[in-house]
Amino acid sequence: MDLSLNDEQEQLLRMVKEFAQREVKPIAAALDREHRYPAELVARMAELGLLGIEVPVDYGGSGLDTLAYVLAMEEISAACASTGVIMSVNNSLVCDPLMKWGNEEQKQQWLVPLAAGDKLGCFMLSEPEAGSDAAAQKTVAVRDGDDYVISGTKNWITNGPQADTGILICMTEPSAGHRGISAFVIDMNGQGVRRGQKDDKLGIRASHSCQIFFDDARVPASQRLGEEGQGFKVAMSTLDCGRIGIAAQALGIARAAFEAAASYACERKTFGQRVIDHQAVAFMLADMDTEIDAARLLTWRAAAAKMAGRRHTRESAMCKLMASEVANKVAKNAIQIHGGNGYVSEYPVERHYRDAKITEIYEGTSEIQRIVIASYLLRG
Amino acid sequence: MIDFSPNESQAAVAAVARSYAKEVLEPRAATLDRTGGFPHDNLAQAARAGLLGINVPEALGGRGAGVVAYSLAITETARACAATTVALCVSNMVAEVVTHFGNEDQRTAYVPRLCRGELVVGAFALSEPGAGSDPGGMRTKATRTDRGWVLEGSKLWITSGTDAGLFVVWARTSDAPGTRGISTFLVPGDTPGLVRGKPEHKMGLCGSTTTAIDFEACEVGPQALLGEEGRGFPVAMMALDGGRVGIASQALGVGLAAVEAAAEFVAGDAGRRGQQWVQWALADAATELDAAQLLVLRAAWLKERGQPFSREASIAKVFTTERAFAACNRAVEAMGAAGCDEAHAVERGLRDVRVTMIYEGTSEVQRIVISRDIMRRFASG
Repeated sequence: MDLSLNDEQEQLLRMVKEFAQREVKPIAAALDREHRYPAELVARMAELGLLGIEVPVDYGGSGLDTLAYVLAMEEISAACASTGVIMSVNNSLVCDPLMKWGNEEQKQQWLVPLAAGDKLGCFMLSEPEAGSDAAAQKTVAVRDGDDYVISGTKNWITNGPQADTGILICMTEPSAGHRGISAFVIDMNGQGVRRGQKDDKLGIRASHSCQIFFDDARVPASQRLGEEGQGFKVAMSTLDCGRIGIAAQALGIARAAFEAAASYACERKTFGQRVIDHQAVAFMLADMDTEIDAARLLTWRAAAAKMAGRRHTRESAMCKLMASEVANKVAKNAIQIHGGNGYVSEYPVERHYRDAKITEIYEGTSEIQRIVIASYLLRG
Repeated sequence: MIDFSPNESQAAVAAVARSYAKEVLEPRAATLDRTGGFPHDNLAQAARAGLLGINVPEALGGRGAGVVAYSLAITETARACAATTVALCVSNMVAEVVTHFGNEDQRTAYVPRLCRGELVVGAFALSEPGAGSDPGGMRTKATRTDRGWVLEGSKLWITSGTDAGLFVVWARTSDAPGTRGISTFLVPGDTPGLVRGKPEHKMGLCGSTTTAIDFEACEVGPQALLGEEGRGFPVAMMALDGGRVGIASQALGVGLAAVEAAAEFVAGDAGRRGQQWVQWALADAATELDAAQLLVLRAAWLKERGQPFSREASIAKVFTTERAFAACNRAVEAMGAAGCDEAHAVERGLRDVRVTMIYEGTSEVQRIVISRDIMRRFASG
């Protein structure tokens, strides 16, 4: 039992805090308002080594651990949740599967530039008719000599408009269900890969997503990640890691909303006293503080399990479920504490509220997390 | 380096508590709940298993195992019998408080005997008819005499009041307002003038006793004063901060046992198992209790390292007790009629866990503690 951070983690945390407060937070509202992709922040994150935190130094990454990643994600997301998810996708959904499933050649070719931040990645799993039900994939890769020919459509692909490299999950044997799924690493500028219009979203507006169309895209078999038929496993193990990142993003959003509400409640006066001196508000803030701590410890536990090399499907599902739901509740109450001011974009909490919603949806909805958790409970 | 798993010695204490719970507590828990009364034999066996001074130095007869081990042990015993566990919690805290605030004579006089079970258990006498959450409203008085002190007044809701061999008693020693005139006394259970009331009839924890204690011209010697005169409030706060870790651990054990029982029941019932609402209820309960456990361990770990932990103890207590209550309620719901049947321990769990949101500081008191901390952190200037 030990809850202290080591020197490396402390150091990274200090560095990221400073970056987030000085460079990210001041422009977060404008990025949101303008739906602008923060290319300059992504470049800075690359310089700071935040795009491949857990990737070994030999492969262009920072060689830190999962907790360091979680700490960084919370800080960045507290400043700007959009910037947080751009970072999360590159780390968890692209670098992670390449580290885990890629062969040496693939790592050298694809992982190194992604981890160094020279290239940006995206992860392509969802489809117009296959979101939570990932086994219902319709995108197909048909073997043709040394290549695969890929056709189909992927939906809501975060970093889609900017990505250089993508991890694609699709069918190689449609009749075999989830056993017929394979994973590929894709050059997003390759022939037959087309990007759709940027999605118009409720929140995380500075992170762009779009549809990706595969029009008979020809991809060498050397770009297959793992064996044929292993794609579902690749996807699920990737999401086990991704969920830790999204939990940390949700924590960041929750913390930002809580801090804004607590500061506001200590300043603003109503009925002759500070807002926080009204018991109902004080208790609301106490619950926010409590639940954020609970969600953070669950997130750290999942990170610790991953670091110890244990399977952490259950821990990841739990932290993602709680952190995302806490973020939504906290952001909602943060608006309530701000009253009318909470509803206007002059204050940050309406952005936090809009940004929080997606954390209950992507990388497995809350309902999917509950299915996962219940399956562990009811194994009998 | 972040690590949530207990080390070897902590795990060993938890294992001792687990086998004590399995062998001694579990077979008797349902009967104890039905018949009521004080669990003498359970506590005598707890003493033999070394569970009455878990975080007390070995030199004083304790295990010296630390707060994390204490918390893990309490969770284990509470899984089987919450009623015995509350007596156990309070006695452990009494031993800790005497160790911490007592002088050499007081420590050697009481702590080893508490650990060995020779005083049955220890008890705290803080609450009064007019002073529950607000100890500043206390009326019990201690008046100085040539031979020591005379205690006069009434205490309420004293856990183990029927049988405890040592009471830690808070009383006013001056007219200073609020909490400033309060002092702490160690009063052996057989002191003339200490009058034990009849056990209250309670909705839960029926196998532990809760009584009023009246002090009627109760004379104690000068050596009964624990710590400095007028410094009783900090003693109470220390006891409560530590106590909150214990009660949170207790609530956690009750909640975990309920969810396990319900999951087992549901897993064997195809009709229920297929219901998504049942799965959801159990998934939420399991998630919240896992989070609760981490909050409890964090508070225990901070206390063990000698770091401030009031805020964290309050967070652990309010979150754990409320979520454990919700978990017990969900367990009953998931099991349907069977959940209300005495044959399953979950109905007892639901009754037992309710009071954890009340004693050692209500949920509302915890929220006051937490929100005051927020004010300190966020108020500028």
